[in-house]
Amino acid sequence: MADVAFEQSRIASAGGVRRRTSLHNALKRKSTMAFLMTLPLILLILLLVVYPAFYAVHLATLNKSMARFVGFGNFEFLFKRETFWLVVKQSCIFAISAVFFKALIGFIVAHFVHNVPAKGQRKWRGMLLVPWVIPPAMSTLAWLWLFDPSYSAFNYTLSAFGIGPIPWTGDAGWARFSVILVNIWYGAPFFMIMYLAALKSVPEQLYEAAAIDGANWWQRIWYVTLPMMRNIIAITALFSLIVTFANFDIVRILTSGGPLDHTHIFATWAFRVGIEGSDIPLGASVSLFMVPILAVAAIFILRDVTKRGNEA
Amino acid sequence: MSRKKLTRRQFVAATAATSAAMITAPYVRGAYAAGKLSMAFWDHWVPGANKASTDLCNEWAAKEKVDLTIDYITSQGNKNILTIAAEAQAKSGHDIFQMPTWWPHANAENIEPVNDVMDALIKQNGEVNGTVKYLGQAGGKWLGVPACVGSQIKGPCSRIDLMKKFANIDVQAMYPAGGPPKADNWTLDTFLKAAEACYKGGVPFGIGLGETSDCVDTAGAIFQSFGGHLVDAKGNLTVKTDEVRQALDYYKKLIAFLPPDVSAWDDASNNKWLVSGKGALIMNPPSAWAVAKRDAPQVAEQCWTHGFPSGPKGRFAPFLPFFWSLWSFSKNKEAAKSLLLHLSQPASVEKMVVASGGYDLPAFENLTKLKVWAEEGPPKGTLFHYPDPYKHQTLSIAASPAPPKIAQQIYFQATLTKMCLRYAQGEAMEKTLAWAEGECEGFMRS
Repeated sequence: MADVAFEQSRIASAGGVRRRTSLHNALKRKSTMAFLMTLPLILLILLLVVYPAFYAVHLATLNKSMARFVGFGNFEFLFKRETFWLVVKQSCIFAISAVFFKALIGFIVAHFVHNVPAKGQRKWRGMLLVPWVIPPAMSTLAWLWLFDPSYSAFNYTLSAFGIGPIPWTGDAGWARFSVILVNIWYGAPFFMIMYLAALKSVPEQLYEAAAIDGANWWQRIWYVTLPMMRNIIAITALFSLIVTFANFDIVRILTSGGPLDHTHIFATWAFRVGIEGSDIPLGASVSLFMVPILAVAAIFILRDVTKRGNEA
Repeated sequence: MSRKKLTRRQFVAATAATSAAMITAPYVRGAYAAGKLSMAFWDHWVPGANKASTDLCNEWAAKEKVDLTIDYITSQGNKNILTIAAEAQAKSGHDIFQMPTWWPHANAENIEPVNDVMDALIKQNGEVNGTVKYLGQAGGKWLGVPACVGSQIKGPCSRIDLMKKFANIDVQAMYPAGGPPKADNWTLDTFLKAAEACYKGGVPFGIGLGETSDCVDTAGAIFQSFGGHLVDAKGNLTVKTDEVRQALDYYKKLIAFLPPDVSAWDDASNNKWLVSGKGALIMNPPSAWAVAKRDAPQVAEQCWTHGFPSGPKGRFAPFLPFFWSLWSFSKNKEAAKSLLLHLSQPASVEKMVVASGGYDLPAFENLTKLKVWAEEGPPKGTLFHYPDPYKHQTLSIAASPAPPKIAQQIYFQATLTKMCLRYAQGEAMEKTLAWAEGECEGFMRS
């Protein structure tokens, strides 16, 4: 009996040594260490992103009182609503126009900053990043005061030139313009800093070669700068498109979706329906409707990036 | 194996002791059994008003030996309704939550009935108004105790001087401090004429047409004054009626005399309008007047809060009550009910109303004539008619009498103000009505 016990403990101890060795080897592997170091972040993402996302999908399949499974019933209901299609249209207008102008302004400003002598460039970079580093809820409050229907600082200034008053947030067209403008103001610095980084990585020899070939300013941009920046432009646009589509704070603070729902976007309308209207499943369905739109955009943009990567 | 035998004498003694304990038990209130309790109050606008609630709760907790936690949750950024939604989903959180208007109904499945508390309070403090019953009761069960904290009437707050000068209306004579209203002529027609006169005088009425509560509440009261409802109490669509058409026509005329930017107004805009001295009337509880008292005393001393103008179907004023509701997942319901009783005692109510400078309104009819409303000023008596002490008007909420879960959608989608704007901006009446009918059909989904 004692011998058997001894043998068993020897076997167990040999197995333990093997396990320890293999664990030791695994820990020595770079990939294992990398995984362990990213594990806290993975857990955080699982907890704060993946779980809520799946929970939102679950909610979107329930009826208003959350007591019955309705499958795609909420989406079928939404597709019949006039306001929903207005929100889809506005979200697209908001996101596409804001991203386009953010990219354009970011590109132009990045060139200006790139051409500023190195000594003063850091100051300019810092100043131009200010809109992006202020929490948007705070900066939008300042914009709200500038656009205030009765006491707008802009209107006060314009009145000196005999212009206005402009209904910044009271007229559908102007209200859309205002929310897009604030989004551009907030997001353009991100594009600027990304493009600036890309510009700095374009080899100087390419410009020299282009200059020798007699390329003018526009040709240098078109044939050298833009092709070298294409991937970063695509990735930045995709990131920004996702964030802009899901924007909430700017519209919520400036117009709350008004006038007459003409500035509602997915997130603000989901909040109105889900939280203010106590119809959480429908609110979840509205916000989930962004997913297929963004997925299609992501597939096209990333496919293009991969294709160019393979060509290179 | 020894077996202890129960003698007949021991059995009788034990039975007698148990019976004595059972008989005396009703006199030992559950709340005295201490335990923990947490309560979420609405974070009051009025500085210092929270202190009265804290003091009352702590006083109760010390007496009842309950470990009480109080949180003040702001309605800024809708933090309170977000917290309600989160607690309802998690089935965990505070024991008592101060819920605004529509939320007791929206969470009825997760709320503990408080009929016993309400029966006792109605007996003690008098009947509650119809809006409290509409918002606070479902299927015969009370979903909360109407909280005086935060409850408000959004009636007219007029400038005495400007109304006299431009509209030839003496609001103090119409609603004298200390006496019943003499406002038979204060009708929607008079109101429209006054709006026109003040507009021409350069001090238009400040009535918003945005999508926030203040704008919707005024529209609701005016629609009700014409008898215009989008959905009736049984849940039938009643959009295409003459009453709704009359209300829309009235609003179209009124909008012509309002500031041009009212479609963009939110709940702060009308307050600013009054405090800046640019307007002769707004629809608001006395918070705007309180701000004026601090920032523009010359404006405040000309303000007079009074009743709503009457329409063909009566005089309606927007009333927005809060409720202290008890979650069904609360672990200390007896203590919670005891606290709710304590907070609704006349002395407690008076303390809270005084701390809020007269802003808070108790829903019980015996508590609408507290001294504070007669004494607040300047000018003295400015708030006398704020709590509607003579039951001069029907207290109502926009979108009622539709079933509350439908009415909540009409209210938060601001269907009424959107209808008014669409029609005033030139859309054909029937097109506006068809649009509203489509919206309301959508709100009926279950």
